[in-house]
Amino acid sequence: MLRARSPLAYLQGMSRGSLRRALQLDLLVTVPVRVIAAFVIFVLFMASPVFAATNTPKPDIGKGGQCVKETQWMRVNHMHLLKHQRDEVVRKGIRDEKLSLKNCIECHASTKDDSVIARSDSFCVACHHYEAVKIDCFECHSGIRKSAWLQRNAK
Amino acid sequence: MTKGCKIHGIDSQRRSFLKTSLGAATVMIAPGIMLFDTAHGQTQPASSKVRWGMLIDTAQCKPGCNDCVTACNRENGLSGGTKPTDSQWIRKVELKDKGKGRELSLPMMCQHCSHPPCVDVCPTNASFKRADGIVLVDKHRCIGCRYCMMACPYKARSLVHEPLHDQNPDVPRGKGTVEACTFCVHRVDNGQQPACAEACPNKAILFGDLNDLESEIARKIRSVASAQVRADLGLDTGIRYQGL
Repeated sequence: MLRARSPLAYLQGMSRGSLRRALQLDLLVTVPVRVIAAFVIFVLFMASPVFAATNTPKPDIGKGGQCVKETQWMRVNHMHLLKHQRDEVVRKGIRDEKLSLKNCIECHASTKDDSVIARSDSFCVACHHYEAVKIDCFECHSGIRKSAWLQRNAK
Repeated sequence: MTKGCKIHGIDSQRRSFLKTSLGAATVMIAPGIMLFDTAHGQTQPASSKVRWGMLIDTAQCKPGCNDCVTACNRENGLSGGTKPTDSQWIRKVELKDKGKGRELSLPMMCQHCSHPPCVDVCPTNASFKRADGIVLVDKHRCIGCRYCMMACPYKARSLVHEPLHDQNPDVPRGKGTVEACTFCVHRVDNGQQPACAEACPNKAILFGDLNDLESEIARKIRSVASAQVRADLGLDTGIRYQGL
């Protein structure tokens, strides 16, 4: 008479020899040791900081220095600050320069070309390209440091 | 006794040292605190007690002079073109009374109404009036539908038709949004005059707070005859013309 049995009960019911053979058949014979070792090494490499360092963007942070919040917080939340700030400025006229886009650009525009958008490793472009998040800020806003813009447009 | 004198001596020395160092610290830190305050800009919202406006003296505005227009173009990064697809925030208008032969020249721009029709018709609340009476377009919300352009009796608004590059960092402008004279809001918030008022060689454009009884513009409006363009519409414009 056939009775449904769990796999564990099935293994428990086997003799020691047949158990070893079953395990060998399942793991060691069909999947060679070399393949398992290669897989373990691959997983370790993917999780290692070395791999992360080869792939993450390295934006040109410009002058950098002390930000308005800590770096990790800004990485996650900068868009909320900017979005809040823009309504305060445009609609109410509260021009708190500390949190303004102009102030971001002032510190983070490249020291080479005074821009946060000019090159593929510019401050805004590098991460947004990596994350595939399209921003339209700079269709209207200037991505150039104010002082540099004034110099270029001095008449 | 001698011990007490010694302590007293040290105490007075310490006191004078503390005094001088405190003084030095104040001298060092005070300007820093003041700079810190000014560097952080305008943290107060625009006040509804203020109503920004202009009084334009048509007798002083010379025909052929275009200085206000070029100043506006330079300040706000407009091309200066006059095609239907070019943005024009301020235009010079030449008027002629055919009966009497009297000729007039005056600048025409957004009249910054207190009951602006452009704000009434905007479907996205992009067109709005700031607390201090300046009528603006919030380009973050503007969808470029141009209802406001049709509603405006002064033809003051323009749509940006082409992609723009190298805008003034203080004046963001972009394709697909409607724009108009902002009273140079970035300058006004900074305590400056609008570019056109500053550029006028004959001081024909007087800018100021209409609500402040002591301001030059309010005193002049009390003393001379001035008119609003299309006053019959009851929009209560912020721009008044003298000698119209």
